[in-house]
Amino acid sequence: MANKLETIDVHLHYGDFHALKGITMAIPENSVTALIGPSGCGKSTYLRLFNRMNDLIPFTRITGQVLLDGEDIYQIKSSKIDALRRNVGMVFQKPNPFPKSIFENVAYGLRVNGITDNSFIENQVEKTLHQAALWDEVKDKLKKSAFELSGGQQQRLCIARALAIEPSIILMDEPASALDPLSTGKIEDLIFELKSKYTIIIVTHNMQQAGRVSDHTGFFYLGELIEFDKTKKIFTNPAKQETENYITGRFG
Amino acid sequence: MTFPESNERRKKLGQAVMFGVSRVISYGIVALLFLILFFIVKQGIGVVNWEFLTAMPTDGMTKGGIYPAIMGTLYLVAGSMLFAFPVGVMAGIYVNEFAKAGPMKRFVKMMTNNLAGVPSIIFGLFGMALFVNQMGFGASILAGSLTLGLLALPIVIRTTEEALKSVDDTFRQASYALGGSKLYTIRKVVLPIALPNILTGLILAVGRVSGETAPILFTVAAYFLPKLPGSIMDQCMALPYHLYVISTSGTQIEASRPMAYGTAFVLVVIVLIVNLLATLLRNYFGNKVKMN
Ligand SMILES: Nc1ncnc2c1ncn2[C@@H]1O[C@H](COP(=O)(O)OP(=O)(O)OP(=O)(O)O)[C@@H](O)[C@H]1O
Ligand SMILES: [Mg+2]
Repeated sequence: MANKLETIDVHLHYGDFHALKGITMAIPENSVTALIGPSGCGKSTYLRLFNRMNDLIPFTRITGQVLLDGEDIYQIKSSKIDALRRNVGMVFQKPNPFPKSIFENVAYGLRVNGITDNSFIENQVEKTLHQAALWDEVKDKLKKSAFELSGGQQQRLCIARALAIEPSIILMDEPASALDPLSTGKIEDLIFELKSKYTIIIVTHNMQQAGRVSDHTGFFYLGELIEFDKTKKIFTNPAKQETENYITGRFG
Repeated sequence: MTFPESNERRKKLGQAVMFGVSRVISYGIVALLFLILFFIVKQGIGVVNWEFLTAMPTDGMTKGGIYPAIMGTLYLVAGSMLFAFPVGVMAGIYVNEFAKAGPMKRFVKMMTNNLAGVPSIIFGLFGMALFVNQMGFGASILAGSLTLGLLALPIVIRTTEEALKSVDDTFRQASYALGGSKLYTIRKVVLPIALPNILTGLILAVGRVSGETAPILFTVAAYFLPKLPGSIMDQCMALPYHLYVISTSGTQIEASRPMAYGTAFVLVVIVLIVNLLATLLRNYFGNKVKMN
């Protein structure tokens, strides 16, 4: 399998704070990679490297290489950043649909990027809602506000919103941690469905979840990547003592 | 482990006293508010009738109505908001969304806060110097509206800023992640979410502006002008100033007492209606974008 994403010796500073300390990691295409580790170890920061969202945080310095399909995304022209972000969808911890209708939420990414053909937009919205396993639940209320949906439905809507512009990578930062077990199950099923077409990176605090959905797992600790390997290996026979302590709950 | 019973009792008693005191205080404040309203209604309602609302003042302002003062106040509120709302919202957007963190931003925020604390008579003097004299508008609705608008500006800026700050950053990030520009994101995502709270700023500002006397004293208010203004370059009467005039400097203070209470009543009712409308508007938008 080809590597979709790769970071080479990436360091990130927030002001004086050294948040990522030389992360080298390769993320294979069309698979799910889980990032685990204790709170504050830099998982979200690492995730935000790939759509250059850290750029928006003042006093942030980044060194090293972040390669997408072999190209360093920190060397591209600033006019290409929007295109990069279109290629990298993002889903957040708390469902955050826009203050718009269900339909317009999914259509948002298309409209932002200048698509005006309404029949195309309609098709794309329907297709994406099917993909996000939400169509049957919302097909009769597309014009209703997205805030009327349940938390789990909102989160699947946010996934649909990300999928609508056909990215090749999806970043998920604890996408199910605010949801009940049933909704969590649906999100996990969805991730499983999506990985044939997308490269997915998911941050999670839930070890079972990492075990269930991911192919590879990276364990972060205090800004360092302690271990990265096949999920099976990490959970059955980790190479590092810290990893074992963390996943067995004997931590700190 | 057993804990002493007496400790439980002491905790309970302490709580009861604290709750009791704060309850009495809060009810007391509500009661005071009602007392003020009751006083004004009782004294004023007998005076208020159709003629009072629609006629010009006559007989040295002891008889007739307050129509020009009502209309004057409405013009001034509308005029000042027409100026303060767009300018204040844009300034708030700049401070919260565009200004880089640093000494300059802190300075701007500090000055906005200071501006909110400047006594209104100072705004009046400033308005007279700048709008009436320097810019040559004379005493006029234009000069008065701009002066009142300046007074309202810090309120609008601050509430806009707070409203924008309370919009979770992941909304912005989600829009950027879809390729949305900063401006598009602010227009389509951030502002709609912040709108109900921004409207609160508008309510506060309207309440403040409609009751102010000092800023209009030298910039627009007419002592006695029994006709409607013909343009924004004319002077006009206004409710708070009218009230001030007939209670302190008229020729027949005693005789115009009922007119004063009637004026106070109308002023209070207008402020209440504006607040009510704005609250309805706010709830309407609030329901559309309700967070969960
Ligand atoms: N905008 C910021 N400015 C300064 N420091 C930051 C910023 N964002 C994160 N940090 C710091 O960087 C470190 C890594 O943060 P990050 O959010 O990546 O951790 P995380 O692994 O995602 O934690 P969690 O599991 O709690 O989400 C933390 O110590 C945090 O305090
Ligand atoms: Mg995080």
